[in-house]
Amino acid sequence: MTTTDLPAPGELPEIAVDPAAFRHLAESQVNVELDTGDMVLNIGPQHPATHGTLRLVVRLDGERVVSADPIIGYMHRGYEKLTEYRTYPQITTLINRIDWLSSFANEVPFIDAAEQLMGIQAPPRAQYLRTILTELSRIATFVLFLGEMGLQVGAITPAFYGFRDREYVLNLIEAVTGGRFHPNFNRIGGIKDDLPWGWISECRTVMNKVLTSCDEFDDLVVGNPIFEKRTRSIGIIPQELGAAYGVSGSNLRASGVDWDLRRDGPDYLVYNELDWKVWTHPDGDSFARYWVRLQETRESARMVLQMLDQLPSGPLMAKVPRIIKVPAGEVLVNTENPLGEMGYYVISKGATGPFRTKIRSASFSNVSILPWLLRGVYVPDIVTILASLYFILGDIDR
Amino acid sequence: MGLISSGKAPKPLMHLLNYSRKYSLWMLQWGLACCAIEMGAALAGPRYDVMRLGVIPFPASPRQADLIVISGTVTDKMAPAIKRLYEQMPDPKYVISMGSCANCGGPYWDSYSVTKGVDQIIPVDVYVPGCPPRPEAFIQGIVLLQQRIMSEDPAERWRGVTREPIVVG
Amino acid sequence: MADDAATEAATDAGPALREQAADALARLQAELGDAIIEHGVAFGDAIVRVRPDAWRRTAQICKEQLGFDYLSFVAGIDWMPTPAVTEEGSGDTSTPAQPKEQTYGVGGSDGRYQLLAVVESTRRKSWRIILKTDLAESDPHADSWVGVYPGADWHEREAWEMYGFVFDGHPSLRHLYLPSEFEGHPLRKDYPLLAREVKPWPGLVDVEPMPGEPGDGDDATADGGASA
Repeated sequence: MTTTDLPAPGELPEIAVDPAAFRHLAESQVNVELDTGDMVLNIGPQHPATHGTLRLVVRLDGERVVSADPIIGYMHRGYEKLTEYRTYPQITTLINRIDWLSSFANEVPFIDAAEQLMGIQAPPRAQYLRTILTELSRIATFVLFLGEMGLQVGAITPAFYGFRDREYVLNLIEAVTGGRFHPNFNRIGGIKDDLPWGWISECRTVMNKVLTSCDEFDDLVVGNPIFEKRTRSIGIIPQELGAAYGVSGSNLRASGVDWDLRRDGPDYLVYNELDWKVWTHPDGDSFARYWVRLQETRESARMVLQMLDQLPSGPLMAKVPRIIKVPAGEVLVNTENPLGEMGYYVISKGATGPFRTKIRSASFSNVSILPWLLRGVYVPDIVTILASLYFILGDIDR
Repeated sequence: MGLISSGKAPKPLMHLLNYSRKYSLWMLQWGLACCAIEMGAALAGPRYDVMRLGVIPFPASPRQADLIVISGTVTDKMAPAIKRLYEQMPDPKYVISMGSCANCGGPYWDSYSVTKGVDQIIPVDVYVPGCPPRPEAFIQGIVLLQQRIMSEDPAERWRGVTREPIVVG
Repeated sequence: MADDAATEAATDAGPALREQAADALARLQAELGDAIIEHGVAFGDAIVRVRPDAWRRTAQICKEQLGFDYLSFVAGIDWMPTPAVTEEGSGDTSTPAQPKEQTYGVGGSDGRYQLLAVVESTRRKSWRIILKTDLAESDPHADSWVGVYPGADWHEREAWEMYGFVFDGHPSLRHLYLPSEFEGHPLRKDYPLLAREVKPWPGLVDVEPMPGEPGDGDDATADGGASA
């Protein structure tokens, strides 16, 4: 069709438009009326909205998802094989990078497993400092989530707030450990160094800043009617199904399951000496997941303030030999990481490194529910659901 | 072909061209792993704002980007995707390899599924070592790249002459 | 031999069974009876080894009758000794020197391959149990848990990919992490890590010699990178 064929402006023919006919077509199922085929849409692995290298192959009927198939493995680095060829201190360096946002929290269960096998216990001050640093990593992870979910839903401003607050917390972690993240600060038997001068008062200031900025997020994001419309009733995870899939952490608590390994699992670190609360929400949708993480950020800040008041003095390392040889045995340690339940099953045969380490990562199970969860949602809601589940690719793929 | 590619352009024009090119680098969003968080802190964080240098991280399409920062571990499964996206970018394009995983395989040097360095697949202009490199190191890499762009001769680029990659630090 | 190893491990295993673990073990024994081959203790947790033909029935009993509604993971274990990548007596401590005999862990084993699963409960505190079962070495098959715990889908795909275990009744056993052209099962102990076999750990050299000094790689008479 060339440009000479088009009618000139002012000469357009009259078309009789029947509004009733158009409304009928729009409301009916498209595949019944027009019998179109499904479209396969490939989202990822490079995509701004997939939090990393996740590839989703969705089959669409118009705007609705018929089936979704997540393809993972673009960040698979072979951790479980690598741990068979490394000594315990070398593995501590490596496992920081599984869940790369809250790196300190990844080290703690593994070190706990090695210490249980050796039969030593870290001194109380070391336990308190480990708990403080774990909670600081939790705050750093969640604050980034609070900002980033706003970004995924379409608002850029919360992302800047999130990164700004994360910088305050990373400053603190860097002052103690020397690294912004991937601190590699735990040693078998305790931790490496003590707090620098003035850290405790700086930490108090930052925790109060975090509490203030949680109120800002409350105003900016949670109180925003557009955010509510985009996230209410989207991606509801039922309790029984979530537990059977292995969904854990804030995702399951947002479905109303009152289960937190810091309180309900075997004792580890110093959570049983603090006065804190587990937050749940009955709805189970994306809004609930955001809300639960916001409350947990506030709770973590309050826990850190309590721990700073109760911090005991004392040595930082228990007596350990120079070359760490862990006696034979098997141990399972499950802890509450920011993303969910992270576990290490360590099988040792008495050498300087483990025989087999099974790393149970939280995001692996959180993402395995996606084929079920994404059926029947609209395409923009895919992004909302992915953002609210909050997985990290390193945690999925290990 | 053209004035610039044949090398006959006057020097003030080349100077102006390089000056405007170096201060409007559009960066393809390609965050793979932990280094992506540091890259994100450099880009979106109000503390290490890299947009003041002219590097804008907005194009999600490789057809409009002229800088790609490989930040994170490159696995064998991901390598064909990187190659394809690199080939979709129009010339002149630059590659910054950020972090030790992208430089040489890093802590996963003995893994069965990791590509030991992204320079096995695409040519790299700047190596930023670190695990992860601080945002300041990343910004240093960008500044050094900008200095190189300033002194670049596009005619040589057309002829295919490549230069030694820069190593930060 | 396997029995001795199991009882030895039980006595060195630190604290005895937690009371919830003892309760869970007792109830599982009551339901399964002689399908349990052996059980052991590991730092407060009960490890139960069941017969391979009772694997799926164990899952059903755990989920429906004992209240273990949460699946933590399903994984594989290969008990063959880890091959050594450093020479004996070279003084290289960068890689652990694992024992050369094939020994089994808590609960014993019938052979080289085992399946390991952990199930927990979201309703009761510390209510969890560790389950193991043996698989045949030449053709490892097991029943799939997908009908009972839908989350086992991805875990079993991973176990197939990494070890070669085939799960009967699984909807689609295909690659999860690795590209589809990948050959071999990486987590088996006889799958070599080629990078380590070609070259030792590069961090062993403490101080690199300056170019031109003896010990430098370009020196024809150098003995190749011994630490300075």
